[in-house]
Amino acid sequence: MNTSYSWIKYYVPGLEANAQEYMDKMTLSGTKVEGYTKLDADLDKIVVGRIVKIDTHPDADKLVVCQVDVGAETVQIVTGAPNAFEGALVPVVLDGGRVAGGHDGSKTAGGIEIKAGKLRGVESYGMMCSIEELGSTKDFYPEAPENGLYIFEDNGKVKPGDDAIEALGLHNTVFEYEITSNRVDCYSVLGIAREAAATFGKDFVPPEVRETGNDESTSDYISVRIDDPDLCPRFCARVVKNVKIAPSPKWMQRCLSASGIRPINNLVDITNFVMEEYGQPMHAYDLDTISGRQIIVRRARDGEKFTTLDGQERELDSEMLMICDGEKPVGLAGIMGGENSMITDNVHTMLFEAANFNGTNIRLSSKRVGLRTEASGKFEKGLDPENAKAAIDRACQLIEDLGAGEVVGGIVDVYPEAKKEERVALDPAKINEILGTDVSKEQMLEYFKPLELEYDEQTNEIIVPSFRQDIHCTADLAEEVARFYGYDNIGATLPSGEATTGKKPFDLIVQDTAREVAEYCGFSQSMCYSFESPKVYDKLLIPEDDELRRAIEILNPLGEDFSIMRTTSLNGMLTSLGTNYSHRNKNVHLYELGNVYIPKELPLKELPDERMQLTLGFYGEEDFFTMKGVVEELFSKLGMKERAVYSSENRRPYLHPGRQADIFYKDVFVGYLGEVHPMVASSYGIGGRAYIAVLDMPSIVPFATYDRKYEGIAKYPAVNRDLSMVVRKEITAASIEDMIRQRGGKTLESVSLFDVYEGDQIAEGFKSMAYSIVFRSKERTLTDEDISKSMKKILNGLESMGIKLRE
Amino acid sequence: MTNEINSRLQDILEDAGQSLNNAGSLEALNEIRVRVLGKKGRLTEVLKSMKDVAPEERPAFGQLVNDARKAIETRLDEIRAELERKLLEEKLAQEVIDVTLPGKKINTGHKHPNTIALEELERIFIGMGYEVVSGPEIEYDLYNFEKLNIPADHPAKDEQDTFYINKEIVLRTQTSPCQARVMEKGKLPIRMISPGRVFRSDEVDATHSPSFHQIEGLVVDKHITFADLKGTLEEFAKELFGEDTKTKFRPHHFPFTEPSAEMDVSCFKCHGKGCRFCKGEGWIEILGCGMVHPHVFEMCGIDPEEYQGFAFGVGLERIALLKYEIDDMRLLYENDIRFLETF
Repeated sequence: MNTSYSWIKYYVPGLEANAQEYMDKMTLSGTKVEGYTKLDADLDKIVVGRIVKIDTHPDADKLVVCQVDVGAETVQIVTGAPNAFEGALVPVVLDGGRVAGGHDGSKTAGGIEIKAGKLRGVESYGMMCSIEELGSTKDFYPEAPENGLYIFEDNGKVKPGDDAIEALGLHNTVFEYEITSNRVDCYSVLGIAREAAATFGKDFVPPEVRETGNDESTSDYISVRIDDPDLCPRFCARVVKNVKIAPSPKWMQRCLSASGIRPINNLVDITNFVMEEYGQPMHAYDLDTISGRQIIVRRARDGEKFTTLDGQERELDSEMLMICDGEKPVGLAGIMGGENSMITDNVHTMLFEAANFNGTNIRLSSKRVGLRTEASGKFEKGLDPENAKAAIDRACQLIEDLGAGEVVGGIVDVYPEAKKEERVALDPAKINEILGTDVSKEQMLEYFKPLELEYDEQTNEIIVPSFRQDIHCTADLAEEVARFYGYDNIGATLPSGEATTGKKPFDLIVQDTAREVAEYCGFSQSMCYSFESPKVYDKLLIPEDDELRRAIEILNPLGEDFSIMRTTSLNGMLTSLGTNYSHRNKNVHLYELGNVYIPKELPLKELPDERMQLTLGFYGEEDFFTMKGVVEELFSKLGMKERAVYSSENRRPYLHPGRQADIFYKDVFVGYLGEVHPMVASSYGIGGRAYIAVLDMPSIVPFATYDRKYEGIAKYPAVNRDLSMVVRKEITAASIEDMIRQRGGKTLESVSLFDVYEGDQIAEGFKSMAYSIVFRSKERTLTDEDISKSMKKILNGLESMGIKLRE
Repeated sequence: MTNEINSRLQDILEDAGQSLNNAGSLEALNEIRVRVLGKKGRLTEVLKSMKDVAPEERPAFGQLVNDARKAIETRLDEIRAELERKLLEEKLAQEVIDVTLPGKKINTGHKHPNTIALEELERIFIGMGYEVVSGPEIEYDLYNFEKLNIPADHPAKDEQDTFYINKEIVLRTQTSPCQARVMEKGKLPIRMISPGRVFRSDEVDATHSPSFHQIEGLVVDKHITFADLKGTLEEFAKELFGEDTKTKFRPHHFPFTEPSAEMDVSCFKCHGKGCRFCKGEGWIEILGCGMVHPHVFEMCGIDPEEYQGFAFGVGLERIALLKYEIDDMRLLYENDIRFLETF
């Protein structure tokens, strides 16, 4: 909401604050000022001048030489303006002064300095200005000419030498407010002025609204019936006859202009003025178009058509509220009036409406019909019904004062259920307890007074004025006290009371370890969106009937690309790798810790299973076994001492069929790894081989432990034996290792593969493998005999698998 | 006899001494040791002649030979030490390297800037006795809105702000539902933070993302005051942005707190003078906070007459963008390694 300082000052005459001070203080008392614009920031040394004589320019057809009386002296100014005439009162910027921009409306930051000089050889001591050069437009100064100098009305109010900026109302500052949704009353100039008065400790002087109207009665002109009071709690109607359309006075135009509203004519301007002043939108109908002299407020019928005053035909539904006359709809309630009943220049008798509508309904209707107006923007906040009558009476008063018509006496006010008065018990002790302050009850009441929060001594209650729809309980009163005591003045303490231990749950600690291991292993952390496109399943070659395709759909997604909650983290990782590949980044290693969302049933009835996935991915110089090494390192750091089983039985379609493994720990599936299928890699734009591992953290966490036990460094020497063998290709390393471990006895300390070789000297279908086997006893030094026994058992075992030792 | 021995020994000593002085290598030294002290060495020969010596002279004879042996050994050791020292010096002289050559690259990974900011916040609040709690990202409307005093017709519930799965289930728009979940469990007092991912229906651009992260904070106890809220968050701001950081609390409105505030910190880039980060204001808006609304307490089964509390919510991306001067939010989700390696 934008409002000028001068408008606020109408109601707070004592207000004296510079712009920065006003902004700071208002913000700290709860009416946040986002910023301000000084209308005269770029204007300097501009006075009213009277053109006393015009001569032709000796060397230029389009220029004239003017003698201009600027009060203290008469100066010569050369101008090209087409509308200069002798006797005209114009704004004149003197030598050394500044204007805001050019006459084409372009603005220059800091303004343009005007200096005395020669124009085609003739001395000129300044410049006469158009409204654009003063930083405004004809929109806001309708009296300004289409092209040329601004000419003041010669009505004795301005004279040469006067401050022209003042005369144009430009010594003003426009403040931009951010009003919070609870303070509906502050979407009005009066609401802000009330806050300003309270903030600066000055008197608040709202306009005095007197009774208006002739001897006739409004009810003889119109009747009102509300069929749907849930959507329209109140409807006030008044009538103005003998309407005289004319421009509104300058003071009103200036107020509107500063708020960014274009002055149109007296009727429109009064409506807009009161809407800003009271925050209550109103609507005017041509009463002669209202058939049956009757207004009916009802829900529309599904599919009903209606043409709003912007000429657009709109289709309505039964949740939208209509204003109708005896025969037809004449307005879309709270949003826009109808073309059929709009005010034209020929209007004779006018029906004025100030109603109260259900905010939510207006908001939803305005969205469905695709039309948001100044009025609907106000109504959707949920206005105070008490305000409707005050506003319409104020508007009628302005109509009388400005001579815009003859106001008919009385009002038709349909208000089936008057708003109840709200009272809150005053509990100063609790307020101080909430705030951590020691403010006296008297002081609190002092704060409340300018806010019109009255105190009922008998019941010890605060009577909440109807415009304060945000005050219902002690905490709300505490906020009022805090605002005026000053948030700054409240102390800063640390919570006392029972001490608590800072801690982190175990699963988050395990995640931290996962991050550490990934980072030590050279993987950088990526973050991906939780939603993606259902098309990713095709991209990942996932079959039609796969469980992974059972994803949760978002009802109102940002688009198909963000329409389902991911059931696999692969797409995010592969997309990130692809992005890096296309950016020509080499050897990229990424990891991600993020959830996948697995529905228990579809459509969703209860919350899904959110499973944290550690996803590792890379492309570049390394291979499958690098990835496996990272997984093994993670298990080791998580204290998972048992050997994990890597099974190649599963065939994940997005992975290389011969280079993938499911990972089991103590028979529980904990994740998988593998080389990305070349077709998948290529559809993500990754050239070359890429590898991924996906670990399901909820499956891993139960196995993780940080318990460690020091078992002593071995006292007795280890004995090492190397075994080199030729093995049929399909025999897995895991099965050989199992055999060695099984046969090695309890002195077997470790088995490690140190060479695998296929090719020259090895028969087709076989591979050469070399293991280093370490024996050690905790009790004694092992003898050759001990070792030979164990080795023999191992060799027998291997032989039974058809394995031959290499010579 | 003694004279003869003496002169033989003298001869050996002189010979050995001379050879040792001339020895230029460890090999030469070894040769001398073998020639003089070895099994067939000259001194050993002398010792072997002990059998020809009269028994009463044998002790003196032995003494003489031993002295000679010791003298030679001592000298041998000295020369060896000297030689070894020289050799080492030569070796070291040859091993000079150009220390200005580049170090070998150790490839460790990098944390996401969000995580760095998160860890910083967690460290601060865990230090103050807060427990880290997590909650579901897909959440019931009940927790995301209703229990937080956000009624059914509130504009925040509009589809233009909230992603819906169905009427009852939404993608949480804030981490605040964790407040309700923890309070409902009824274990008091509470000091918790809850970091996590939240969702709003915003198109992706330089300053918006449909998914981002928040950290919710909640303290509930019998005498928690607004002053405690201020003290705690001032402390937090100093820890996060530096000891000289100033804070400003401005009244604001949130449905689930009353009174509510927004906290600004003095700009940590320009220290309040005004720069492009604070848009010339000297202050940067960091978080929203307030005293837990009594309705929220009631809906979570806590008596607002007995207990009071404060809550706050910080946007993680906001902190990360500000602290690391990241000018485009999309970078956070693009995962370009050149961006990530900055951190």
